[in-house]
Amino acid sequence: MREYYRSGATKEASWRKSQLKALLNLLEENQSEIFKALKQDLGKHHAEAYRDEIGMLIKSLNYALANLKQWMSAKKAKLPAIALLSTAEVIPEPLGLVLIFSSWNFPFGLSLEPLIGAVAAGNTVVLKPSELAPTCSSLLASTISTNLDNKAVKVIEGSSDMGTLLLQQRWDKIFFTGSEKVGRTVMSAAVKYLTPVVLELGGKSPAVVDSLQSSWDRQAAVKRLVVGKFGTCAGQACISVDYILVERKFLPTLVELLKATIWKMFGENPKKSNSIARIINKQHFLRLKNLIEDDPLVKASIVHGGSMDDDSLFIEPTILVDPPLEAQVMTDEIFGPLLPIITLEKIEDSIEFINSRPKALALYVFTKSKTLQNRLISETSSGSVTINDAVLQYAADSLPFGGVGESGFGRYHGKYSFETFSHEKAIARRSFLSDFWFRYPPWNHNKVQLFQAAYTYDYLGILLIILGLKWPNQSSRHHDALF
Amino acid sequence: MGSTGHNEEGQVVFGASEASRLAEELRASFISCKTRSYEWRRSQLKNLLKVAEYHEQEIIEALRSDLSKPEFESYVQEISMVKNSCKLALKELKHWMKPEKVKTSLTTFPSSAEIVSEPFGVILVISAWNYPFLLSLDPVIGAIAAGNAVVLKPSEIAPATSKLLAKLIGEYLDTSSIRVVEGAVKETSALLEQKWDKICYTGNARVGRIVMTAAAKHLTPVLLELGGKSPVVVDSSINLQVSTRRIIAGKWGCNNGQACVSPDYIITTKDFAPKLVDALKHELESFYGKSPLESKDLSRIVNSNHFARLKELLDDERVSGKIVHGGEVDETKLRISPTIMLDVPQDSLVMSEEIFGPLLPIITVDKLEESFDIISSGTKPLAAYLFSNDKKLKELFVMTVSAGGVVINDTTIHLAVHTLPFGGVGESGMGAYHGKFSFDAFSHKKAVVYRSFVGDAAVRYPPYTKGKLRVLKALLSGSLLGIIGVLLGWSKG
Repeated sequence: MREYYRSGATKEASWRKSQLKALLNLLEENQSEIFKALKQDLGKHHAEAYRDEIGMLIKSLNYALANLKQWMSAKKAKLPAIALLSTAEVIPEPLGLVLIFSSWNFPFGLSLEPLIGAVAAGNTVVLKPSELAPTCSSLLASTISTNLDNKAVKVIEGSSDMGTLLLQQRWDKIFFTGSEKVGRTVMSAAVKYLTPVVLELGGKSPAVVDSLQSSWDRQAAVKRLVVGKFGTCAGQACISVDYILVERKFLPTLVELLKATIWKMFGENPKKSNSIARIINKQHFLRLKNLIEDDPLVKASIVHGGSMDDDSLFIEPTILVDPPLEAQVMTDEIFGPLLPIITLEKIEDSIEFINSRPKALALYVFTKSKTLQNRLISETSSGSVTINDAVLQYAADSLPFGGVGESGFGRYHGKYSFETFSHEKAIARRSFLSDFWFRYPPWNHNKVQLFQAAYTYDYLGILLIILGLKWPNQSSRHHDALF
Repeated sequence: MGSTGHNEEGQVVFGASEASRLAEELRASFISCKTRSYEWRRSQLKNLLKVAEYHEQEIIEALRSDLSKPEFESYVQEISMVKNSCKLALKELKHWMKPEKVKTSLTTFPSSAEIVSEPFGVILVISAWNYPFLLSLDPVIGAIAAGNAVVLKPSEIAPATSKLLAKLIGEYLDTSSIRVVEGAVKETSALLEQKWDKICYTGNARVGRIVMTAAAKHLTPVLLELGGKSPVVVDSSINLQVSTRRIIAGKWGCNNGQACVSPDYIITTKDFAPKLVDALKHELESFYGKSPLESKDLSRIVNSNHFARLKELLDDERVSGKIVHGGEVDETKLRISPTIMLDVPQDSLVMSEEIFGPLLPIITVDKLEESFDIISSGTKPLAAYLFSNDKKLKELFVMTVSAGGVVINDTTIHLAVHTLPFGGVGESGMGAYHGKFSFDAFSHKKAVVYRSFVGDAAVRYPPYTKGKLRVLKALLSGSLLGIIGVLLGWSKG
């Protein structure tokens, strides 16, 4: 694949455009197959599949096609006037051969979104989808090989063993979406060839919910919370609302609204609603089950839901109130449809609560108070902050999407996808006509002075020194002693 | 200053527990939000500027002791650069700290968004020995400007500068948030065990790997400024005198070739090589005189290890017959004269690793186009240079050669342009800094989206219906007409 890259084929704008268009084609022609695969692997409703994956990708592809030329262009760098007859610019160039690991919860979205960036930037790509979503993985493999340039974009399926094998090869960049634990393995493996990495990890993304006064606001907030948890792959998303922080006095109102909204969106029997994804596999199902079963205090904190069906791997939307903070459900990223609510004396206490825990990928703040909004933005750190909504930030093309601290590093989406798979090469051009003779040895006091003036863009100073009219300043008296 | 303990013999010790205490202290300081204020950042930057302004002589002395660096180089390449970085940061800080408003699209309508720069927390800066003053303070300036607390570990191979930095930083800067740890492998390892919010390392690839491995344990992002063999391709269509001077300035005029962006080797045509060699000899003499081993205008080799390494490159039997200029050594003074080797074989020692010294091999080819293959057969360098007036060749070079930075018709000057990012690619490093890029390198760019409760598309929410899906499709396509069409029932979506 490196040979193909060296041939320069993938650098051409026309090639990049053709691949992006081919991806659009892939999505349009195979939409029903994709819906079927997502339903098969995750029980995802096709509306969710469209909203969160296909629709997002189409939007990103159109955005990339519209902006590609601009992204590819050289950017001029301002030069001080003293840099006579020179130009400086930054030119983006592809890195070469890149490796993308994607995750099982949004198998199309998280495979193709980085792929868009990689091909837009002119690279050759190997994509390793997650084996935990096998139908999607093989559909990706077949559709990509049919639609895209096989010499430049390859899908390699397999288990984590295949992942390990791939990590031993030489890549020019590795883009990883997944868990913290595997993220460490990926970064450690990247050391061998000093490969730069992007790690899109996760964490416990909290939602701080203020005591909203208006009924309209409350309903809008709760709708967004519910969809941001249960309506997004049943909470199995890196930016799902993991838990809620609320003032004690607002708790009853919140819980009541949550219950009502869950009922409205998913009906009396959420399992039959067809609108909630199921848990990806037995292992994760048991993990989530144990979060509740292993600790009687946690089980006792359930105020809604809690029923789990081993056969269909379905867990209904479950709300917990004040489970013990040392319990696993409050120390590990939940990644499932369990929603703990932690009550606080004052909503401002949420700042300390958040800061005493690892940095999350997202922070959600539901409040009309500008003060609280600003405090949370400036006094906490997270990949991103969304005010009065949840998960939506994923859809913004103009915003970088990425983590900080334990939630990862590096970013993508929109132009950031292009940049993350590019090397911004600095170019400086000089002419032969202008040359500062005082650049060259042998050194003397006069030359030092000239440089001092040049470096402070003191044009008049330079002129005067050259004409022998300027007196040396204080610090250069030292230089006299040496020469 | 409280960072070190004492062992049984009363020697100063910095081990795991000291490193852990240091990291804790600085983290606590960062959490107190002290380093985040504009005033704090300004005051630290102002004080760093004072360090460079009021202690010029001491700095020059330290560099002379560590490297026999000529005062001119110390002043121009280290002190001035630090001053300029401080001044630029002071001038632009307010602007850099402002959130960047960004446009939002129909898919998140109605909303407003911005990108807020926030400090990572506590930064570890590990610096190098060749520009010990500059490469310690330049990243520190960026880290401070971005509002972080910083630990600086200067290179022990430049001990006088390391000591001076520890003293001056202890005197001038806020030691609750900015500290210097002196030491060697043991101390560096102890530091690397700790959790930092970002690590900036300037040095070689071998240690770069050690740093990245340590960082991986804590998922710490890294900025690695490494090196490589920076090639100079020389065409015949040039102003020979100016080109030669610029090559010499970039090679021997930069710490005697011990710089990450020094021209490492030259590629030129067989026909042009003799002319180039003559020009180089001529200009070298005018710069450094007839006895360059005694010239005050050249740095010495930093220590006996590196001297031995370079001597081995010279003694390699594959190149011994190829020396056309120089080759003189003085082991006691750790000096090697500017040495040019012509027609070296590509499998010689001097062509297998970054030279980092005053040896300049010249590789000759029949046609200059062959140079591209030679360059791409090695790892990507930090810089690549071309001297030519041929427009097509220049464009081809810029577009095809992958390096951290590329300069046409000069060497090394791109470092002084603060509007250009300075960093490597592939084995020459990852990440970049200088100017605003320094501020960005040490900031987390947090995306913030503001939504109101007013506009809400019911289409987002279950229960999912066909109608909703249609509207959703239109919304995501971003086409206003499409949305209106669907809402009015015109198109089926």
